[in-house]
Amino acid sequence: MTDRTGKQGSLAASVGLYDDDLVQMYRYVALARALDERMWILNRAGRIPFVISGQGHEGAQVGITWPLERHQDWIAPFYRSIATCLTFGMEARDILTAQYATALDPSSGGRQMPGHYGSHEHNIVSVSSPVATQLLHAVGIALAAKIRGTGQVALTTMGEGSSNQGDVHEGLNFAAIHKLPFVFVVENNGYAISVPAARQLAVADVADRAAGYGIPGVIVDGSDVLACYAASREAIERARSGDGPTLIEAKVTRLTAHSSDDQQTKYRSAEELAAERERDPLPLFRSQLEEAGVLTEEIATRLAAEIKLAVDDATDVAEAQVDPDPATAMRFVYAEDDGR
Amino acid sequence: MTARTFIDAIRETLAGEMRRDPSIIVLGEDVGKKGGVFLATDGLWAEFGDERVIDTPLTESMIVGASIGAAINGLRPVCEIQFADFIFPAFNQIVSEAARMRYRSNNGYSVPMVIRAPYGGGVHGALYHSQSVEAFFTHVPGLKVVVPSTPHDARGLLRSSIRDDDPVLFFEHKKMYRSVRGEVPDTDYTIPLGQAAVTHPGSQVTVIAYGLMAHYALEAADRVADEGISVEVVDVRTLRPLDRETVLESVRKTGKCLIVYEDNKFGGYGAEIAAIVAEEAFDYLDGPVTRIAGPEVPGVPYNHALEDWFMVSPDKIADGIRQLAAY
Repeated sequence: MTDRTGKQGSLAASVGLYDDDLVQMYRYVALARALDERMWILNRAGRIPFVISGQGHEGAQVGITWPLERHQDWIAPFYRSIATCLTFGMEARDILTAQYATALDPSSGGRQMPGHYGSHEHNIVSVSSPVATQLLHAVGIALAAKIRGTGQVALTTMGEGSSNQGDVHEGLNFAAIHKLPFVFVVENNGYAISVPAARQLAVADVADRAAGYGIPGVIVDGSDVLACYAASREAIERARSGDGPTLIEAKVTRLTAHSSDDQQTKYRSAEELAAERERDPLPLFRSQLEEAGVLTEEIATRLAAEIKLAVDDATDVAEAQVDPDPATAMRFVYAEDDGR
Repeated sequence: MTARTFIDAIRETLAGEMRRDPSIIVLGEDVGKKGGVFLATDGLWAEFGDERVIDTPLTESMIVGASIGAAINGLRPVCEIQFADFIFPAFNQIVSEAARMRYRSNNGYSVPMVIRAPYGGGVHGALYHSQSVEAFFTHVPGLKVVVPSTPHDARGLLRSSIRDDDPVLFFEHKKMYRSVRGEVPDTDYTIPLGQAAVTHPGSQVTVIAYGLMAHYALEAADRVADEGISVEVVDVRTLRPLDRETVLESVRKTGKCLIVYEDNKFGGYGAEIAAIVAEEAFDYLDGPVTRIAGPEVPGVPYNHALEDWFMVSPDKIADGIRQLAAY
């Protein structure tokens, strides 16, 4: 995704990127946020019944996804992975048609709840609701990549709450034994719906568990997009070169309630929520890029206009699309005639 | 034609399919150098090596979950759950993931994989090496469930299962592995999933069975034949999708239907067949749809006297046939 002919200031050079990369990364963080905010407005306006949000996770998601090769590598994401999916090739329209569950929603054709993204075209595994199951799918994808010699890397993401599931243990153990080209990303936002991490984990950091599998466990500030990028790039290079999996724990913040059906003020104090706002990756990344002279006022203005246009367009498209026809609801339980 | 044991037919079919299609891998507990605890995969590791025959840790959910991922990325995994009794840690991956992947992605993803598992009692396996688990999975749209009863069917159905583009559970009755022999053609034949077989034609009572019970049903049919009762035995072979037409055609002919399964009776697979017969062949029935099945205990007990008490036998089936014939 890197434009190797462009300008390279000192900030970009410090992580081996070009200025245009940084602008594009910022664009994805800002686009994911704008789509997410639009989803909440549409929910509160009664247009869509449910929202599950990625606000606060976008910086980590963009930074971590950036070093992967599109249409080559694989991602098994989770329900907060809006920025991940956008960075890996899905469009704003794809995100909002999923919220409306339209017939043409590319994730599921309106069959799944919003947030359950997926795209065969973009090597994004379809998301389900039982948490952490996707880790094993990514491990299996990595196993197939190794056996087939494709050079692919499979990356999976989930929250720290999900990371307690048994599938995580089984999958990490196997991936480590076989040195599979696999990266495990935990987006630790401190809460599993309402339960704080201290009641979910007996250790301070999920990354500590990596030692139990004999793999590196890396902690990174999830509000620092470029730190996430650097950690991910190293893990992906390690995976691709046959040295096995890495666990990356990105410490992020959850800026919204768990979902549109949750009221987080019931279990989080106003002080805590205010403090967490300071960790919002969007303004932090913006300031960083402005100070480095990468994000000029002119570029910021242009991006803001582009993003507004994309979000409005996606909303209009999703609003205009039809519901799936119940006559199609029996399709694709099994393969049809074409063998797919 | 060559005579083969049930397990030889399975092992040779796995090897043949792996030679035919390099995308097929085998994974499970002890499937490698040891060749599986029943030797169903014996010789595969020597022929195909570490990459295609993978000894896994004791992690059933991983075996199935990683197979799903491998299937998504271009392989055709045939995974083995060492005993069907140990499949439950993988239940979530099978039911929530493998079964639903195609539907939930609106045909974006498919999961071509086979889960093989030895099932069934009568081998002194007790509660955790004897279970019949098919009913848990036949309930689930998106899965296919196959239970062969002869070496011939095992070969043809395993080929079809491996070549199928959806997840298939392939349950092998462990008591049959070496006790059942039969002629197996050396040709590349397949048996389509969803085709039952009438294994014993008759006119007065239809007995519907699968797996080991398909053999016991034939024995029972022979016993009552001397008493002048003509029994038609239908081996359903594929439980999902069920060949309704063959079942219904037989029941419409005989007017009497006895369903035999080894699992405990309540909510077992035979209940579904009974319901289908009641719904779709009611006008033809000349007696109640009845079932011979296992008792309502949570597993097969170990002691031989208790195990014999548990197991459906040709005698029990013959009694059921006599009662129904006399109705």
